[in-house]
Amino acid sequence: MNILMGWGSRARGLFADNKGPWGSSSGGDGDEPPPAEGGGGPWGEPSKRRKRPSVTSGGPPPSLDEFLRRGRARFGGGLPGRPNASIITWAVLGVVFLWLAVTSIHSVDPQERGVVTQFGRYSRTLGPGVGWTLPWPVEQVQKVNVGEARTIDLGAGSDNLMLTRDQNLIDIAYSVSWYIRSPELYLFELNDPKQTVEQAAESAMRAVIARVSLRDAMGPKRAEIEAEVQAEMQRVLDGYRTGIVVNNIAIRQADPPDAVNEAFKKVTAAQQQAQSAVNLASGYATQVTQRAEGDAAAFDKVYAQYKLAPEVTRRRMYYETMERVLANVDKTIVEAPGVTPYLALPEVKKSTPREPGQ
Amino acid sequence: MSDFFRRHSMVAIIGAFIVLFLIYTSFPIVPETKQAVVVQFGKPVRILNRYRADQPIGHRGAGLAYRIPFVETVLWIDKRVLNVNMDSQQVISTDQRRLQVDAFARYRITDPLLMYIRASTPENLSKALQLNLGSQLRNELGKRPFDALLSPERQGIMENVRRGLDRVARQYGAEIIDVRIKRTDLPQGSPLDSAFDRMRSAREQEAQSILAEGSKRAQIIRAEADAEAARIYANSYGKDPDFYDFYRAMESYQLSFIGNGQQRAAPTTVVLSPQNDYLREFTGRKR
Repeated sequence: MNILMGWGSRARGLFADNKGPWGSSSGGDGDEPPPAEGGGGPWGEPSKRRKRPSVTSGGPPPSLDEFLRRGRARFGGGLPGRPNASIITWAVLGVVFLWLAVTSIHSVDPQERGVVTQFGRYSRTLGPGVGWTLPWPVEQVQKVNVGEARTIDLGAGSDNLMLTRDQNLIDIAYSVSWYIRSPELYLFELNDPKQTVEQAAESAMRAVIARVSLRDAMGPKRAEIEAEVQAEMQRVLDGYRTGIVVNNIAIRQADPPDAVNEAFKKVTAAQQQAQSAVNLASGYATQVTQRAEGDAAAFDKVYAQYKLAPEVTRRRMYYETMERVLANVDKTIVEAPGVTPYLALPEVKKSTPREPGQ
Repeated sequence: MSDFFRRHSMVAIIGAFIVLFLIYTSFPIVPETKQAVVVQFGKPVRILNRYRADQPIGHRGAGLAYRIPFVETVLWIDKRVLNVNMDSQQVISTDQRRLQVDAFARYRITDPLLMYIRASTPENLSKALQLNLGSQLRNELGKRPFDALLSPERQGIMENVRRGLDRVARQYGAEIIDVRIKRTDLPQGSPLDSAFDRMRSAREQEAQSILAEGSKRAQIIRAEADAEAARIYANSYGKDPDFYDFYRAMESYQLSFIGNGQQRAAPTTVVLSPQNDYLREFTGRKR
């Protein structure tokens, strides 16, 4: 810590330009040199002057030399006797500043949290925005993305067979979406997030599938299964103190295994066949009842008329029908009784003009 | 002093490195994720950041620690929940059926000192647990019928396994948090094939019964329609059976001899006797 402070003040001293530290300052560690007195900016001017001696004149001005000597005495090292040692000093200072800037200012994105550890011990969590910490190695920040939902696909590709309650097999593929709720637990309690989530998902899915029948798993109970798996996974992960929240389980595929798929297609075909048989029967039923209703309605109409004058209507209908019938057929009237058996019916037929096969 | 360093610059640099190294090795940083046993020539002397269930994260424990360089060594041990995977095991149920079981256990080293004494390294502990998990699981599952193996969580089987494994783990300074079965599969070969066969035949049977049920429903629908039609006819014709007989006869004659309008009836020759009612007037009234 002391070394750090020393470097800090030295850097400040150097930046203070001109005759600053090496000319007038008496050179204590914590001494504040006088502020800049013009003659160029504190950044631009000194560096120009520093380069000049090394390249052109071959020797540093006396004030620098004095500074280096003091510096050497203070740190017990350095590169004695070399004129360009000052460049190294500046480089070191630059690195120190860069290091301070990089390791103590942290910008945390809105979906991130910065977990601060002080010498390895958890100290606090930075929210979104700019956060300050002590520089490395005192404090360190690990940024964890808590906004992003991560997705793991399971069971895709090859057959992922699971046993159902009725000891059938089902080929199931699903994806798990999760995010980090507690970055501290996530960082400090969990050693392999992906494996942990996968294992929890697989075991939860297996447990839930083993409680439902194949038929339910393939169709109607999908949503329930997803919800149960999610609850089970969450319970397991909370038991491990993972700081992970399971967002969603989506079953993308729940099919019978390829080996028996043909038989399942037969069931579907049978269902369609059965349905078509029922449809045909329904068609027949409509036809039959409609016809019965039509016939009955016709009869009722005629009967209503018949009731008004039964005898006349009956005779009229008889004659009309016979007229129509006999007008269309060949007629033979035989006077004598007992002749009918001797009639040559083929002969009679021959006279028929439209006899097929003639 | 400063003169000495100026003259022997290399010595000074090396000396600085040695000092830095000593500082670095004397003050190890204990992260939140680790605990450690400090060992002096093989003899454990202290424990750093030991796991305690009641301590929240960020409690004393993690942070800067110290050790005597060269004399003490620090043995790092994970403080987090660890995982041990069991190799896939074949389990035989009481009804002599086989099941391929894949399981894992989650544990945490709670007593690093005991772990160091009994197992010396975490890897040894992990191996010991792995072996034990397999045998515990086989023992426990082997006592059950096949049905129970499919959902072992239900009957507390997994809790039994956990407890059994925990007894072993405690001797090594660890505790078992959870034992879970990841997969249960039918072994390749005849068990899997016969399961497929059973599924196939069950589906075929289902297909047949669906067909049979379909035709049954179709039959019923037809019969109901016929019955309904009969009811409608009876309702209507029953009002005057005698007239119905006549009406239907007329309809029938027409249909048989003339056709229904769309197709002609087959040619017919009618041989009539004068006694026929139709020809009653043919022979002259009151003959």
